[in-house]
Parts: sequence; C-alpha cells; structure tokens
Amino acid sequence: MKVLLEAKNVSKHFGGLKAVDNVDMVIYEGDIFGIIGPNGAGKTTFFNLCSGVFPVTGGEIYFNGENITNLRPDIIAKKGMARTFQNIKLFNYMSVLENIKIGFHIHSRTRMWDAILHTSVYKRDEKLAEEKGMEIIERVGLKDYKDILAGNLPYGMQRMVEIARALALDPKLLLLDEPAAGMNPNETMALMEFIKKLNHEGYTIAVIEHDMKFVMNTCNRIMVLNFGKKICEGDPEYVRSNKEVNEAYFGKGIVVQGGTM
Amino acid sequence: MNEIILKLKSIYDKYKIIIILAGSILLLLVPVIFPKSYIMGIICRILLYIILAGGLNVINGYSSQFCIGYAGFFCIGAYTEAILALRLKINFWLLLPIAGIVTAIAGLLICLPTLKLKGKYLALVTLGFSEIVRLIALNWSSLTGGPMGLKGIPVPKIFGIEFKNSLSYYYIFLFLVAIFLFVTRRVINSRIGRAWMSIREDEQAARSLGVDTSMYKALNFMYGAFWAGIAGAAYAPYTRYIDSTFFTLDEGFNILSMAIIGGMGTLIGPVAGSIVVNLLTELLRPISEYRLVAYAILIIAMMWLRPQGLFGASKSILAGKEIVKKARKAEKEAAA
Repeated sequence: MKVLLEAKNVSKHFGGLKAVDNVDMVIYEGDIFGIIGPNGAGKTTFFNLCSGVFPVTGGEIYFNGENITNLRPDIIAKKGMARTFQNIKLFNYMSVLENIKIGFHIHSRTRMWDAILHTSVYKRDEKLAEEKGMEIIERVGLKDYKDILAGNLPYGMQRMVEIARALALDPKLLLLDEPAAGMNPNETMALMEFIKKLNHEGYTIAVIEHDMKFVMNTCNRIMVLNFGKKICEGDPEYVRSNKEVNEAYFGKGIVVQGGTM
Repeated sequence: MNEIILKLKSIYDKYKIIIILAGSILLLLVPVIFPKSYIMGIICRILLYIILAGGLNVINGYSSQFCIGYAGFFCIGAYTEAILALRLKINFWLLLPIAGIVTAIAGLLICLPTLKLKGKYLALVTLGFSEIVRLIALNWSSLTGGPMGLKGIPVPKIFGIEFKNSLSYYYIFLFLVAIFLFVTRRVINSRIGRAWMSIREDEQAARSLGVDTSMYKALNFMYGAFWAGIAGAAYAPYTRYIDSTFFTLDEGFNILSMAIIGGMGTLIGPVAGSIVVNLLTELLRPISEYRLVAYAILIIAMMWLRPQGLFGASKSILAGKEIVKKARKAEKEAAA
C-alpha cells in the first residue's frame, strides 16, 4: 500500500500547553482514517498542522512522498489536500454554486487580461467551473439550492456544501473535521453512505468525529489522541477493546476490596 | 426595494438592446441637452467620482480590505500626470495609463508591509499614507510647486479637438467610466473576482482552497489604486490647476461615503452613491458647512434603514443582520 500522508514525531506547543505531542501517523492510499479522542485532545490542531494552518513546533509531515512541513495552506491545497472546518467556513454571502466554483481556483489559470478580453483561457476556465461545479452539486444533492446564498442554508446542508467545495479541488486526500456535527441521525446516515461512496471512487479520507457509531462503521483504521498524545492506533475492533482508550473515555476503574468495580 | 429591482431587471432583460442603445445615445447627447457649463460641471464631477468610488469599492467591497486613504492614490495620479505633462510634455493619452501604473505600484508598496493587517489597522495605515502623500505634495516645492500648486496643465487633444471645458471634457470622463465599468465587471465575474470575494468572506477558507490570499489582496489593492491613478490623471487637465488641498483626508472620506451610501460589493452601488452625494452637495450648497451634518445624518439613517447601501446586494458584507435572521428562520423550519 502506498503511503499518502505521514506524520513523524509531530508536536505543537502553545506556550506551555502541548496540544500535539510527538504524534506519528501514517495514512495509506484508499484509507478512511478516523481520528478520535475526548474534547481538547488535539485532533483539530493536528489537522491544522497537516493542512498548514499552524507551523509545527517539531517533527515533519510528508504528503505523497514530499516534505510539506510548514508550507502555506494554499500550497498544500495545490498539492492535493483539501479540508473542511469544524466550525463551518463557507462563503456565506455567495451562492452555493459560486462557493463551489472557488474550489476550482487551483485548476484554472485565468489572468487579468484573460478576464478582460475573454480569451480562450477564460472561456475554458469558466466552462470547467460551471460544468464540473454543477456535476458536484448534483452529486451531493443540492441542485435545487445552487443559487441560494450559502449562509441561508440549514446547518446540515452547509456541511455538504463545504464537502462539495473541497471535492472541487479533486484532492488526493480529504480531511473532514467533524462532518457529522450538528446533523440529525438521518443526515448522519446519509453522510456515512456518501463518505463510503467517495472512498469507493478512490478518494482517501481522514475524518475527525465524535460520533462513535459513525467512526466505527465507516473507518478502516482509527487513531486515538488524548491530551495531545497518541494512545492507540488500529482497526475499529482493536480500538474498541483497547484498555487505554476505554480509560480515556470512561475513566479508570476504582480498586475496591476484592477487585475492580 | 428588492422586488422593484427584480422587476426592473426583467424589463431590462426583455428590451436589453433597445435600452442600451437609447441609453448610450442619451448619454452622448447630454452636453447638447444641458449646454450650461454649471450643470455639465456637476455631471463631470459625478462621472469622476463614479471611477473613484468604484475603484474604492473594489478594495473595500469586494475583498474587504478597509482603505480610507483613497485620496492619496488620487493625488499620486493627478501629480504624476501634471508633472510629466508640464516637464516632459508627454501626451495626455499616454499619461493616463502611465499615471495608473505609477499609482498601482504605489498601491503595491503600501500593501506589501500591511498584508497581515486587517480592518481598522489597515484603515489607519491607509489614512497615514494619504496624509504622507499630501504632505509630500505640499512640501516638495521643486517638484510639485508646493503650496502654489501646478498651473497651466495642458488640455488633452485628439484629432485637433481640444477638451478645454466641461462640455467637451464630459466625453473623456464618460469614456473612462464606460471602460472602468466594462473592465471591472469582467474582472469581478472571473476567477480573480471570485478569489477576492472569497477573501472577503473567509480568508482561512480561501487559503485552504488554494487561493494565494496575499497575492490576491495585493492585486486587489493595485487594481483599486490603478483606477484612482486614472481618475487623478483625468482630473488634473480638467481643472488645469492642482494643489495639495484637493487631496485631503476629507476627500478620502467623501469618496468612502459615496461607496457606502451607494452600496459596497456591487458594480452599480458606487454609481448611485456618486450621483446621490454629488447632487446633494449641490442642492445643499445654500446651507454651506452645515451640509456635513446632513451627510452624517444621511449615513446614520442609511446604516439604520438600509445597511447594505442603496444598491448593495444582499451579499454585501454590511448586510449581515438580515441574512443571519433569514438563516435562523430557515434552520428553525428545517428543525421543525
């Protein structure tokens, strides 16, 4: 299996707080890789390090064999890594279609004079953004909402627009930060199916999620973080039965006379 | 208001060619209809400020970098034209793009160290920049004539026609406004305009989608500055005399108020803003300095009643409240 994203000893300290502490991680091509952990475990910070939002304090990150440590987010995006955000970051006052068109930014090369003179480059880019954009919108089932301002959509749909916008980059790796947060159970089920479908189509996906059912049913490998440290990595069965993971989530059993409670 | 706009739009779509033809003929005949130079003077002012407010709107409305020292760029453009025309006798038509490019470079220079600044911090830097430019124009006497200003700026000529009064100069301004609107419309409706708007909406998200935000912010600033330079270069031979008092901070705020009143983040907004504010200036001339109070009242009333400006699209950044309300309602309906 080909390694797509590899983190070696990655750390991020905010002053004295070790938000991410010496984490190693490997995502293989074709994975649905889950990252779980209690609140404040450093999951989102870890994503931010991978996508270049923060510089790392220590360690190195390789994407597709290339060292991408501390590169700018837009350069990492151009290399084929797309992401969504925990607190949805849509372009609220732009329509759904316009939101997705911006996702084609890295696939187009219109310059100022191309736009002014409507050259063939401009026409090609606009056609690409329009046609492929509509294709993606239809795939995520938002065709009827394409001209609505993204900020006016209900929460669950906004999540889908954000994923659609990331798909427009045609990424090798898709990082989803709590995609099911704020969704009702039906929407979560649909999202689960959608992520599995994307995976079948060849997308490698890394997902942070709190919904255990979601993670256990979609991911083939899971990493557990707690207080910035990796405490466990493996397939869902292994993680489920891991003692440290149970302790992180439920606390330790108290030793009473005659055994554990 | 929105319904009226929609209705007008459908009428416009229906008779597009006729309306455009009739409109352009009407615009070309304006000096014949109003042969008085007083009225043509006002109309020329309106056209000049359409370029200025429109250029500022590209910076403030489309990429949401807050520039309030726009008069500084206007000043650079005007002085570039005047100095080069007087000293080197360069043709006006050549000086238009030269002044634009010089001003765009000035825009880049102020923009580079401030790329990480946002909102009020950037606003303060541009404010300082505007004052610095004005003070240089006031004190560098050997180049700019200092407080005496620059006199006798040659009028533009083409095919033997001299543009020496507002009746003929009207056509130069009209031509520039037409080019400005045409070019800006095309830029805004392209990948570049979308990148600018994505920066306005959420810079972090824009970066995560591969938009080089620093580059596009710099480009945006240069584009806005370029048109201030063009406006300045067109203005200097119009008055035939410039000095630093034309380019005070008040001038910057005047342009800003047009952009805000008209509505930021739309192409038509600054056009409306320029018409309304310039007409008001003339109508309120009898009450002299009290008209500043009238502006203040107008701006406060606008913020209260129509925060997105006269023609501000609902996507305008200033129209936040209404949209949030709508979104909450939609969410509630979805939950129910």
